[in-house]
Amino acid sequence: MKAGLILESWPLFAEGVWITVQLTVLALALGLCLAVPVAFVRLRRVRGLSALADGYVALFRGTPLLVQLYMVYFGLSQFEWLRDSWAWALLREAWWCALITFALNSGAYASEILRGALAATPAGELEAARALGLRPRQVDRLVLLPAALRRSLPQLGNEVVFMLHGSAVASVITLQDILGAGRALNARYYLAYEGLLTAAALYMLVTLVVVGVFRALERRYLRHLALAPVRVRSRLPAMR
Amino acid sequence: MNELLPFLPLLLRGAAVTLALALLGLALATALGALGAVGRLSGRRLPAAAVRGYTALVRGVPDLVMVLLVYFGGQRLLNDLGALVGLDRIPLPPFWAGVLSIGFIYGAYLTETFRGAYRALPAGQADAARALGLGRGATLRLVLLPQMLRHALPGYANVWMVLVKSTAVVSVIGLGDLVGVANDVGKSQRAPFLFFGFVLLVYLGITWVSGRLFAAAERRAAR
Repeated sequence: MKAGLILESWPLFAEGVWITVQLTVLALALGLCLAVPVAFVRLRRVRGLSALADGYVALFRGTPLLVQLYMVYFGLSQFEWLRDSWAWALLREAWWCALITFALNSGAYASEILRGALAATPAGELEAARALGLRPRQVDRLVLLPAALRRSLPQLGNEVVFMLHGSAVASVITLQDILGAGRALNARYYLAYEGLLTAAALYMLVTLVVVGVFRALERRYLRHLALAPVRVRSRLPAMR
Repeated sequence: MNELLPFLPLLLRGAAVTLALALLGLALATALGALGAVGRLSGRRLPAAAVRGYTALVRGVPDLVMVLLVYFGGQRLLNDLGALVGLDRIPLPPFWAGVLSIGFIYGAYLTETFRGAYRALPAGQADAARALGLGRGATLRLVLLPQMLRHALPGYANVWMVLVKSTAVVSVIGLGDLVGVANDVGKSQRAPFLFFGFVLLVYLGITWVSGRLFAAAERRAAR
């Protein structure tokens, strides 16, 4: 074990953590923005749009993230009209391809989580909102969505961990994220596992931080559940 | 589409590698999951702590990192062990590195699935079996396992779905699975969209078919 080399390379790993965090946070934020309308469309069965939303979710939840990334990064370059368009300025950059893919992927999973939470909202809550004189739009915006977001907090926490881990495939398309930094260290000094072990430890560290943040969020926003007997949390994030 | 047809046999062979990897990975994961669940449920401190460490490790590390660690680190380990006993270099092929890492990762998830299924059984079931004079093995085989099956199936199906998609990352260490083949051919034929599109369809097909199978199995177990 060459601990000296790892310590010497801390700027490499710091940069890697920054890229991983950046990609994960942006992808999750964009994904959530996408997930809200998709979840509503699928809940309300809007004609025409629903089929599109169903197809989107099925495609992104039914296929590997790595292949989705290859599709965007390598696949789209097959089309000349796309290479000539303005969008090429973004799509030829590995960073943007990764962000777009991750956001679409995360949006599909988050919309499924949200849809479940929206559908599980007690009817009485909505009746009460209507009885107070709120218009349908206001019920959605002020009651239904906040309640559903709050209830899906634990599952969204899992989604964050999965996106964080999934983002490691970005290193395959040349990005220097945490794993990219580890592989760069290995390649530079002909090491077998030192860089990879460091990367693994860093991913664990970031995961612990995410889990801690979501515990705190749950304590804050699901405080009304704390009075009930505390449910033993699973050691692993539930599989998505 | 015409570019794809000549490569169809190659792609299908890749799909077979993907399926073999997924099934062997699932077999190993099932064995590790059973072992882990027994360790957690045994009530002994050391096995329970070891299993807790195992699941915590898997929870923190991405699948791609695990695959690379097993492949490169495992090869180094094999070399060192081989040198110790005076053997020549034992190669660790990407396929087996993939099976090992996939099995290792999803064994941790199945540990939780099996543990949950066991704890879902009323304690009276085991007591009743004992009262009927069944031994420990017979109790497990005839009374507990059949009932656990019903509780474990939904979680097991879920793990399988995620596991199948996880096999794609093994292509990164040079495995000629569906993704690896499509990557090579798609680039040489300058039609990556077409070939990766095919890959997406195959994965959708696998998840759709296995979703159907598991739904039928769940109906059967719950009848």
